Amino acid sequence: MSTIAQKKGFGATLWDFLTTVDHKKIAILYLIAGGIFFLMGGLEAVFIRIQLAVPNNDFVSAGAFNEIITMHGTTMIFLAAMPLLFAFMNAVMPLQIGARDVAFPFLNSLGFWLFFFGGVFLNLSWFTGAPDAGWTSYASLSLHSKGHGIDFYVLGLQISGLGTLIGGINFLVTIINMRAPGMTYMRMPLFTWSTFVASAMILFAFPPLTVGLTLMMFDRLFGANFFDVTMGGNTVIWEHLFWIFGHPEVYILILPAFGIFSEIFSLFSRKRLFGYSSMVFATVLIGFLGFMVWAHHMFTTGLGPVANAIFAVATMAIGVPTGIKIFNWLFTMWGGSVKFTTPMYYAFGFIPSFVMGGVTGVMVATAAADYQYHDTYFVVAHFHYVIVGGVVLAILAATHLWWPKMFGTMLNETLGKITFWFFFIGFHLTFFIQHFLGLWGMPRRVFTFLPGQGFDAANMISSVGAAFMSIGVLVLLYNVIMTSVKNVKVGNDPWEDGRTLEWSIPSPPPFYNFKQLPLVRGLDAYWLEKMDGKKGMTPAEPLGDIHMPNSSFIPFMISLGLFIAAFGAMYHVDKVAWALPVMIFGLLVTFGSMFVRSVKDDHGFHIHKEELQEDKGAKA
Amino acid sequence: MHVEEKMTYETWPAAPEKSTLESKNKFLGFWLFLGGETVLFATLFATYLALKDKVPNTSQHLAKDLFELPLTFVATMLLLTSSLTSVYAMYHMKNFAFKKMMLWLGLTVLLGAAFLGLEVYEFNHYVHKFHHTFTSSAFGSAFYTLVGFHGAHVAFGLCWILTLMIRNSKRGLNLYNAPKFYVASLYWHFIDVVWVFIFTVVYLMGMVG
Repeated sequence: MSTIAQKKGFGATLWDFLTTVDHKKIAILYLIAGGIFFLMGGLEAVFIRIQLAVPNNDFVSAGAFNEIITMHGTTMIFLAAMPLLFAFMNAVMPLQIGARDVAFPFLNSLGFWLFFFGGVFLNLSWFTGAPDAGWTSYASLSLHSKGHGIDFYVLGLQISGLGTLIGGINFLVTIINMRAPGMTYMRMPLFTWSTFVASAMILFAFPPLTVGLTLMMFDRLFGANFFDVTMGGNTVIWEHLFWIFGHPEVYILILPAFGIFSEIFSLFSRKRLFGYSSMVFATVLIGFLGFMVWAHHMFTTGLGPVANAIFAVATMAIGVPTGIKIFNWLFTMWGGSVKFTTPMYYAFGFIPSFVMGGVTGVMVATAAADYQYHDTYFVVAHFHYVIVGGVVLAILAATHLWWPKMFGTMLNETLGKITFWFFFIGFHLTFFIQHFLGLWGMPRRVFTFLPGQGFDAANMISSVGAAFMSIGVLVLLYNVIMTSVKNVKVGNDPWEDGRTLEWSIPSPPPFYNFKQLPLVRGLDAYWLEKMDGKKGMTPAEPLGDIHMPNSSFIPFMISLGLFIAAFGAMYHVDKVAWALPVMIFGLLVTFGSMFVRSVKDDHGFHIHKEELQEDKGAKA
Repeated sequence: MHVEEKMTYETWPAAPEKSTLESKNKFLGFWLFLGGETVLFATLFATYLALKDKVPNTSQHLAKDLFELPLTFVATMLLLTSSLTSVYAMYHMKNFAFKKMMLWLGLTVLLGAAFLGLEVYEFNHYVHKFHHTFTSSAFGSAFYTLVGFHGAHVAFGLCWILTLMIRNSKRGLNLYNAPKFYVASLYWHFIDVVWVFIFTVVYLMGMVG
């Protein structure tokens, strides 16, 4: 196997991506797939805002509106935010710890394809009727939903959730076992730390979702009675299971975002991150507390004052480690020589936006007051301030920050800043006013409102904001296309102030990442070497053969099998003749592929020392 | 140490299940996976406890009418013993005694299959004698889901161990397949531990209260 890149035809490239187990290529797959789902979720958001722009609007029907809000939430959380973060975790985390790949390259590919097929399955629901019970899909609504919308939700999320779980385990093992010599836990970059904690949370938060979805599937498709009150069931069980997953999930999203901003603040302030160890502590503490607060979504369910009080206090406690982080970021900039690049714009914008989301978070955590806020636009404003103001700003920042590392070329800075201003102003225009809409009494999830209630102007302002955000995203797309067309190649360290290991190797890195594993001498390993006047990292090992995994088409087949089986399971209730055979066929494909994987030895291959020496000048 | 190396008793390492980077990863990854599985079963247990004896009308049978201790006691003994035999199998694996390992693994599979047979009989008994089915009540759904999930794990574990045994029957032990055997036995222990909880929470507590 030659290490020198050759110009390949379209078919060969496609096959390469279908079978790749290289974490950098899988990162690109996650970025593309997550990006497409982000655009779809964004389009759904635009439809929502058009419908609500004026009172008594009939742009979409009430039923279609329910489908759109459900798909907007589900798509954005599961199919856009998660995979986009996974893209950066895959692209950057192994490089930051000085590893040649993740621990389980095969499972990495499997995780992606499961997510992808789950997402495609979910979105195919648009052809026959999408899920319409909200992204939380409370059982009392979803059991009575007609058609197959909820079945698409249940089966699609089940498949993509498996992929996420596999990814989480993979990242954990990678970070525990595959750090370069000298890379102790307390020298790991913050993004790696947050990937670590988020992965641990995935491991413990996704099984309850798996169970919840399975129970819902049994109820809807196989005649079980978990949530059916007339048969002794209990709908509150779904709420608990969903939120035992759902609340950790929002920290699974925000912690990597914190990690991204920690990298950015330090890099562009050209200063060591302030309070590194307290940042690590705060990350772990948020991960821990994240599991203790799920019932604050259920204050009005009627769990009683004791439960409400405990969960209210636990929720407010999370404000403490988050506050630690905010101050550390501010102190990192303090006295630094700050460079205003596009990623730094996002980081600047993030702090006030996220703090506002945090403050309203403490407000809704006050159980007694929450009876007033619950199911109003105030809550909608709150969670968009944390998710958009935190996670989405982080994803956009990371896109600009790591684009050169992933693709070897820089996104245009001017266009990047234009994107930022449109998106940032649009975001506040859309959601700030929604706090007041909520306090004035506008309930969430209503498809229209009557004129003369004082909601007209505010809703119009909100919709105009959505247009601004859309323009921002379109500019970003234009930026991506223009950058790819021009394709001006950059060196190892395009931001010039790179601190962590990913900036010490070529952009994009060769497929084996590090010719020799680097020796890490402290936090900000690459920066330390540069300050000592060295050009690159000191190698920790002599040049030797490198062991690499083989590509495989099996992950695609395993995921495809479940995708097929899901159709069979879904139409099984309609008593159509082909449903059962299709389900069995799909499961056979999946288990057959797993069987092949099990009995066929896969030892990988070695890149020999001589080839590595020849490869000296080649940039990948 | 190299995966494809031909091993002998003398060169066989003390911990063959984690002697290469790949097998170390597999070892740790599987433990983490079992952590996730623990949460999965904990969730199913919680659901079962919430829905225990929740039936739509008084004509339906409750836990205390259904369960019979002798049957579940035999099942428990079978599964606990199978866990012990898999320990012996791993003991021989670490001593590079391939034939003995296969023998004890074979015994493990037989005991596991006997357990599964009893479970099928038990479910059949409930359905036909008590009309206690998956769809008859929330209690039924929760019971069959919890115990059935465990049963499905047993069935999967049996297929897994059998596949490993057949695949490697001719070529003996090496550092590539040793971690595979080890991880499969970990899985088998996990199934056993879950059953201990099912025996306690479902059957014993079901008989008492």
